[in-house]
Amino acid sequence: MALDEIKIGGMGASRRRVEDNRFIRGKGNYVDDIVLQGMLHMEILRSPMAHARIKSIDVSKAYEIPGVRLVLTGEMMAARNLAWMPTLSYDTQAVLATDKVRFQGQEVAAVIADDPYIAKDACQAIVVEYEALPVIVNPLQAMASDATVIRDDKENQPGNKVFDWEIGDREATDKAFAEADVISKMELHYPRSHPSPMETCGSIADFNRATGKLTVYMTSQAPHIVRAAVAMVAELPEHMIRIVSPDLGGGFGNKVPIYPGYVISILASILTERPVKWIEDKTGNLISTGFGRDVYLKGEMALRKDGKILGMRMNTISDHGAFYADAQPSKFKIGLMHSTFACYDLPAAHLTSTGYYTNKAPGGVAYRCSFRVTEAMFFQERMIHAAADDLGMDQAEFRRMNLVKDDMFPYRTAFGFLTDSGQYEKCLNVGMEAIGYSTFKQEQEEARKRGKLLGIGISTMTEPLGAGNSREYDILGIKMFDSAELRVHMTGKAILRTGAMNQGQGHQTTWAQIVAHELGIPADDITVEEGDTDTAPFGMGTYASRSTPVAGAAVAMVSRKIRAKARKIAAHLLEVSEEDIEWELGRFYVRSNKERGVTIQDCALAAYSNMPDGMEPGLENNAYYDPPNLTWPFAAYFVKVEVDAETGVWDVLNVVAVDDCGVRINPMIVEGQIMGGLTEAYAMASMQYITFDEEGNCIGSNYMDYLLPTAWETPGFELHEVVTPCPHHPIGAKGVGECATVAGPAAFVNAVVNAVSHTGVRNIDMPMMPNRVYEALTTGKDVSGMPPVRISD
Amino acid sequence: MYPSRFGYESPKTVEEAIAILDASGGEAKILAGGQSLVPMLKLRFAAPEMLVDINNIDGLRYINVEADGTVRIGALTRHEDLEYSDVLPTASPVLAAAAHLVADPIVRTRGTFVGSVCHADPQGDWAAAMTALGGHIVAQGPNGKRTIEVKDFVVGPFQNALAYNEIAIEAVIPAPKGKSTGSYLKLERRVGDFATASVAVSLDMVGDVVARAGSALAGVGGRTIDATDAVASLVGQKLTEENIKTAAEAVAAAAEPRSDHRGTSDYKRQIVKTFVIRILTGLAESSQKAA
Repeated sequence: MALDEIKIGGMGASRRRVEDNRFIRGKGNYVDDIVLQGMLHMEILRSPMAHARIKSIDVSKAYEIPGVRLVLTGEMMAARNLAWMPTLSYDTQAVLATDKVRFQGQEVAAVIADDPYIAKDACQAIVVEYEALPVIVNPLQAMASDATVIRDDKENQPGNKVFDWEIGDREATDKAFAEADVISKMELHYPRSHPSPMETCGSIADFNRATGKLTVYMTSQAPHIVRAAVAMVAELPEHMIRIVSPDLGGGFGNKVPIYPGYVISILASILTERPVKWIEDKTGNLISTGFGRDVYLKGEMALRKDGKILGMRMNTISDHGAFYADAQPSKFKIGLMHSTFACYDLPAAHLTSTGYYTNKAPGGVAYRCSFRVTEAMFFQERMIHAAADDLGMDQAEFRRMNLVKDDMFPYRTAFGFLTDSGQYEKCLNVGMEAIGYSTFKQEQEEARKRGKLLGIGISTMTEPLGAGNSREYDILGIKMFDSAELRVHMTGKAILRTGAMNQGQGHQTTWAQIVAHELGIPADDITVEEGDTDTAPFGMGTYASRSTPVAGAAVAMVSRKIRAKARKIAAHLLEVSEEDIEWELGRFYVRSNKERGVTIQDCALAAYSNMPDGMEPGLENNAYYDPPNLTWPFAAYFVKVEVDAETGVWDVLNVVAVDDCGVRINPMIVEGQIMGGLTEAYAMASMQYITFDEEGNCIGSNYMDYLLPTAWETPGFELHEVVTPCPHHPIGAKGVGECATVAGPAAFVNAVVNAVSHTGVRNIDMPMMPNRVYEALTTGKDVSGMPPVRISD
Repeated sequence: MYPSRFGYESPKTVEEAIAILDASGGEAKILAGGQSLVPMLKLRFAAPEMLVDINNIDGLRYINVEADGTVRIGALTRHEDLEYSDVLPTASPVLAAAAHLVADPIVRTRGTFVGSVCHADPQGDWAAAMTALGGHIVAQGPNGKRTIEVKDFVVGPFQNALAYNEIAIEAVIPAPKGKSTGSYLKLERRVGDFATASVAVSLDMVGDVVARAGSALAGVGGRTIDATDAVASLVGQKLTEENIKTAAEAVAAAAEPRSDHRGTSDYKRQIVKTFVIRILTGLAESSQKAA
């Protein structure tokens, strides 16, 4: 009899996360839990200034503190050609500052000592003399003709511009605008936000002079990429480098880049011949590591008066901080910004993008889907909202008219992406029904009479998840495939390794479910391992919602290879030819006699004890998967709010989220991902941002200034699903980990803007803090959130 | 966390603690709940030579309401003791209203009421509530006890009137002239955020006439702001829409807010005014119901 797939923890089972058992019991193994014999501790001294020339660094007082082993400065790094390192975007980044500091929090020196207390004390004893330079905190300042050049370390860098880029059809777009009845405009700033994983970044570098091998335990979402980069930067042979990512306390894109701290700890271990541990503190993490967003977006939309969108013109100006260190794998300068409007039937579009250096921390594409998709979709839905208002059309009906219809797939977007599947209108309908859309306008009018301001916001979008296909996506030339390796032991238990890197997504749980689905081995019988470059197959790591679309597909494919071999073994055991064998979950049987069969476990045992003549023993294989396309999940989110007109405080009344991410492997985990993403969407809409004052001081360097919502503020979420399987993924799954962070923020902003739109307000920049909403209500004008933050006495 | 090096003492009596403080010559800090001190140690904003942990001293955790309505709160009384107190909603509605707005639930289990007043953070809820209530602090030093009015106790941002060898052992809210009423409102962007503006209003009522009025503000100036003068016009009056508005405007005028990322100074004044109106309108409605 075929097995009950849910019972064995296969596809569709809301199996409990196997990771949680050890996390809840405090038995996880994070970098900071690892203690090595003779280990030293490293602390980084960071710049208090945003832009300054370093006149001198005096480390003599630090060396006077007992227990200090080594103090590293930029000069010492430079002597070993390690003062600068390449970034993943073909720029350079200072490891320890030599000439200048270019953002507040930049690494200036490092102390290696017997314990972390001594290392901290010694950092305080280092005397650095700075000479202040003019500070640039936004791209508008950066582009001024008389702006100080931040990257004067680079040749051929006359100003602060990082890049100019354009895509789309300018002529066709101009024509669309010439034919438009109505032109609608939108301009906004998507503020800088930090992923702020619970665990900060850190590493333990352990260079063994006897074996020549460097082992680095570190917080990386992509350990294999780190190995390749270390081979290049540290000039060590690749087989002598072992990168181990143990349990990660969250990543959200923050742990993709290679940070100076990792590199310094490696050199420190080489120099001291001792293991060196570096654990970043919370402030260090918030002020120096990969952030998200910080983009100015404006655009205009050409519309026919019946509501049809004719064309879209868009411009983005992005703030990259002091170094262009975006860890993004596309060949495009501004990531996947041009995925904007992918769910709408948009005949013509044109996008221009410019990036600038500023005196702020580098990064830009982290945080639960960027590669600029988050900004692209946020702008899209703010623009759509404004366009519907300008036309006097209902928000839902305007979207319904312009969304790509089910029968239009595969659909080539105006910017060249190929969306392949979806039921957009059905998702819209499910959401409208759930939120009570049809009666809302009446509700809103009645509430107005009682002095209450209600608002509703919609956000619909499809986004490109699962980079990538090797034609278009690579990091430093390495293609964006991923991998899985499966070994079935003789008792039918198994170990699976992949090139992805779990950081909360539940890979240990869901990968086993894919194997269970393909082979009928109960999920509980499968161990999943990731993160050790000496044992895991080469893969590009976990970010961009790529694990299920790419590594997950590799898991299915390697399982199928195992099944193909097991089928030959089954034929041998059943003494029939392979053509006469049928498969049902967990079992091969003889077509003419269903009772005669062998289980997958029988085949596993035979692979080690009774294989057919001429067959290689064992039951293991690997698969490298290069996806033919990205996956395109769809989200339709609805938010209802009430605004307090006297204070600007807004409360969320309802959130309805409809997600179509194709086939769901573990529905509970998918729902958890969506709820987590919606929480982050609410966070960015309401409170969570990093801004700067005129001197480049980071406002958001600790949790008193950088606000993350708690269970007290976070609203409840009502989730619905629609399933349109991905046509090219072996199990029909699409990425989902980032949908809610991407589509969510606009639903909140659209709701609040809807509540106050009677004043003429078209936009309130996030976060919509009460003071901003109050300002919008009382002035009737748009509220900009561009730094520097306004501070006066 | 990696604070600077410090010594640690854990006395069993108040007298012993005072002796340690006296001997330290001003280089010691008292550790009670630690919810402000420990983060400052972590950031190395504070680097005392010695921590005097008073948590092992018995008999300092209490909320006593005396026959005349005087409320006494011991030095180790935690915020959550006020939050879950059965007696405070009647004895001191202002404290009861503020209790669940202090920081977040985690901080409230550990942080102390008296410690918060001593910390004298311009954002502090309890210093504002105590000022509105006309409360005082009982300090004990080598020469015995003395009483300090809260408005004199908080001498500036993060500065109190204690001598280096004194411990604030008790907070006292004097007996009301009539029925103690009032409330506390706070605008914060998130639970535990520093307040954009906080307003305490305390009214002692005889029937529906105001017998005593007090008000204080947090978060809208470089110190706790005593706005009692601004509500003095209510004394001897019944609450009306008109005198509520006048008082609210006067309290808003007493605020000294600064424009920052939480809002402009005008916005913060608007919040103060709105909150005073909301508190007083609520009190007017309930006193009408009672009448």
